[in-house]
Amino acid sequence: MAKIFAVTIILIAIASAIPIVMHMWPMPQDISTHGYLIDEQYTDTMWEAGLSFLASQFLLAFFIWKFSSPKPGDKIKSFPGGAKGLVIAAFLLVGTECLALGVFGVKAWASVYFTAPSANAMPIQVQAGQFAFYFRYPGPDGTFGPLHPDKISEANANFFGLDTTNDPDSKDDIVTAEMAIPVNREIHLLMHSKDVGHSFYVPELRVQQDFVPGLDVTLHFTATKIGKYEIVCTQLCGLGHYNMKAYLEVMSQEDYDAWIKQQAALQ
Amino acid sequence: MHDMSTHAVPHGAPTSFIRKHVFSIDHKVIGKQYYALALLAALIGMVLSWIMRLHLGYGSLAIPGLHLLSKNGAPGDVMTPEYYLQLMTMHGTIMVFFVLTTAPFAAFGNFFLPIQTGAEDMPFPHFNMMSFWVTFTAFLVLVASFFTGTGPTLGGWTQYAPLSAIGDVGGPGEGLGVVLWAASIAIFCIGQLLGSLNFITTTLDMRCKGMSLMRLPLTAWAWFITSIMGLTAFAVLMPACLLLILDHVAGTSFFRPSNAVINDQVLPGSGGSTLLWQHLFWFFGHPEVYIAIVPGLGIVSHVLITNMRRPMLSHRVLIYSMGALALLSYMVYGHHMFVSGMNPVSSLAFSFPTLVITIPSTIVVLIWLGSLYGSRLRINSASLFALGFISMFISGGVSGFFLAQPSIDIMLHATYFVVGHFHLVMGVAAMFGIFAGTYFWFPKMTGRMMNETLGKVHFWMSFVGAYCIFMPFHYLGIAGNVRRYQAFTDDYLIPLIPVHKFITIAALFTGFAQLIFVYNLIHSRFWGKVAPNDNPWEGTSLEWSTATPPPHNNFGDKMPVVYHDPYQYSVEGASTDYVMQTSTEQLKNTDEEK
Ligand code: HEM
Ligand SMILES: [Cu+2]
Ligand SMILES: [Cu+2]
Repeated sequence: MAKIFAVTIILIAIASAIPIVMHMWPMPQDISTHGYLIDEQYTDTMWEAGLSFLASQFLLAFFIWKFSSPKPGDKIKSFPGGAKGLVIAAFLLVGTECLALGVFGVKAWASVYFTAPSANAMPIQVQAGQFAFYFRYPGPDGTFGPLHPDKISEANANFFGLDTTNDPDSKDDIVTAEMAIPVNREIHLLMHSKDVGHSFYVPELRVQQDFVPGLDVTLHFTATKIGKYEIVCTQLCGLGHYNMKAYLEVMSQEDYDAWIKQQAALQ
Repeated sequence: MHDMSTHAVPHGAPTSFIRKHVFSIDHKVIGKQYYALALLAALIGMVLSWIMRLHLGYGSLAIPGLHLLSKNGAPGDVMTPEYYLQLMTMHGTIMVFFVLTTAPFAAFGNFFLPIQTGAEDMPFPHFNMMSFWVTFTAFLVLVASFFTGTGPTLGGWTQYAPLSAIGDVGGPGEGLGVVLWAASIAIFCIGQLLGSLNFITTTLDMRCKGMSLMRLPLTAWAWFITSIMGLTAFAVLMPACLLLILDHVAGTSFFRPSNAVINDQVLPGSGGSTLLWQHLFWFFGHPEVYIAIVPGLGIVSHVLITNMRRPMLSHRVLIYSMGALALLSYMVYGHHMFVSGMNPVSSLAFSFPTLVITIPSTIVVLIWLGSLYGSRLRINSASLFALGFISMFISGGVSGFFLAQPSIDIMLHATYFVVGHFHLVMGVAAMFGIFAGTYFWFPKMTGRMMNETLGKVHFWMSFVGAYCIFMPFHYLGIAGNVRRYQAFTDDYLIPLIPVHKFITIAALFTGFAQLIFVYNLIHSRFWGKVAPNDNPWEGTSLEWSTATPPPHNNFGDKMPVVYHDPYQYSVEGASTDYVMQTSTEQLKNTDEEK
């Protein structure tokens, strides 16, 4: 029984590793400028965690195999080095592993959160509400008009609560249900929630950030690859949570210019 | 050393059925009541997971009879999107609170802590009785939400504000459902606070002659450490739940932000914060996962030592490691909030202790492995589950390395990777701890043995099955599969649906194995082989020196006196390969704890 158990543990450990090694269900491709830092960090961690996983499962299996059928006269043996050795090993191995991951990890995190968006980053506002995202572009004046929550009206398609009659800044604002951005241009995303908590997750862009009701949150990133991607909500926000999404289109500058003109005409 | 007579609360054995089995103040009966509650809750939680899995794997499949549970939630037996979330919330809440907190801690702890410390009972037996009945009430309140018109809350076991605070406009169950949820949890907290108080005082004040703190078995230490965590963690969750209820019934605005708009209406409320809720919740929530697992660390050590015929390489290192886990568990909770919108500097500050907490966890695992080396391992249902626990704890632990790093968490937060991580390290591992404890202590609790063959079948199916369910969750998460989705309609998620189908089949298979366990448990309770003697596993701690099952005051007329460390196995020169704590045999060449 014990030997079958030992073999089972080893088989399970190997089987668990196969999909990772074979990239059977890989991370979505990276289309961001900062993503490689996250991916490197992830790969390093996979090596360290993966080897720790295999080593400890194998050791467990090996000891079960070896020590489960003692002969009558067998004496208890002590592990060489005893508890002291193991504690030191844990501090050294895991300690350095933690330190290394922790220190290098700061770089990836800092690239997203501790750098300010550059001066010519393009501002886009995103509003999350049960169960849709809406986007606002400031228009030719480069300024967003103020929000009036009491003016929000789904029926009149005034999703943000703009007052285009009284606020001059709002007159040229462009509101869309899809997000389009030019490739290789930094985006400064201004995030707010209309109602409850939501989140902005684009796996390909290597960003995930919660919307905090009552608080403005910002995020900045640059997309490097033209294509159509999905923005999904990852913060449980109600019955339509699974269906809350929008498309992100990364376009060439010319396509983007044409698109924004077309959207402006639709307002 | 404490003299029992000054602290004991003498109470004679009860005679009426009600005082004996219902409103009992005997810690052993209360322990069994907790076990029964956990079993009932686990069965409900498991059936909920089957329904959820069927829905996730096979979409609009009709589940015969589901409309009986809720006409609105499952018209024509097909689940609505909101009902998936409602069942998911109940599954998580029931599992975390009413299974993982009650079984390893309250059930086994109540039964065995006083016995292992050599006490007649707990110091406040009436509080102890209250603790169970309060917890049971909490369970009824939670289950009642199934039968309200709009059903239970859909907000998840974390119940993030403001969704949880704005009432019915937020969705079905977000009004009355949330109030019942929060009331249930607040009541539950009271029960656990009363229990923790008893556990702490029992350990500190009720030990018999000769039982120094370091002579306590590892289980007793685990329950002691857990109860200290319980006292501090539940004391934070309870007020948080009360504030949440006030937002519903008193028009307060603790968690309601300004200017939230739903259906074109500006909702009342101003200045409330979702981050406040998250801080309060996770200040409880992270210690809570250690409340669920630390008793398991104790049980697994205890069961393994008995079956390895040797003490652990170091008793003290294990105790200090569990203590370090408990202490650090308060400093890491922010790792649940890396992308929540809190200050990104805090994320780094919470990330370091999270990485550091892997050190004591690694020490525990290495001590287990190092102690297995050169042991005389006995294989039985109890030791199989204990060894299985180690395997699961390792597998669930390594994924923690990823989630501990804010930069990687950007990708994996709120995906199935997290679901895989916490199910292995907290759910399955803790369940394996419960099973190990059950097979091990069943003879002492009931006087009968469990069926070993069924126990092994149960183990094999559970071990392989659990890996088949929870390993693929990690792959899904890496591919970006968001959690708490009732269907996968996004273009990039559709290719992952076959994996979900596989998991569903594995879940049904594993669930079936649990029915074998329940059958074994009930059958053995009434018709099992009578335990051959008071110490069938040849153990050393105090529970094995008393009668089976133990008498009302635990030790009969003669209170135990302890002469030895808890785990004197294979001591050279001793007459048997185990020397019980109460044995008066003199041991040569050992450096025993004082
Ligand atoms: C039969 C075995 C089990 C299966 C198949 C299972 C399956 C699931 C599934 C499918 C989810 C929903 C994931 C999502 O949509 O995000 C879930 C959530 C959850 N489960 Fe389990 N589960 C099982 C056992 C357990 C156990 C033993 C625990 C105890 C810790 C547990 C605790 C939870 C928690 C806390 C959640 C989160 C609920 C939430 O998101 O609010 N489960 N489980
Ligand atoms: Cu959402
Ligand atoms: Cu945590």
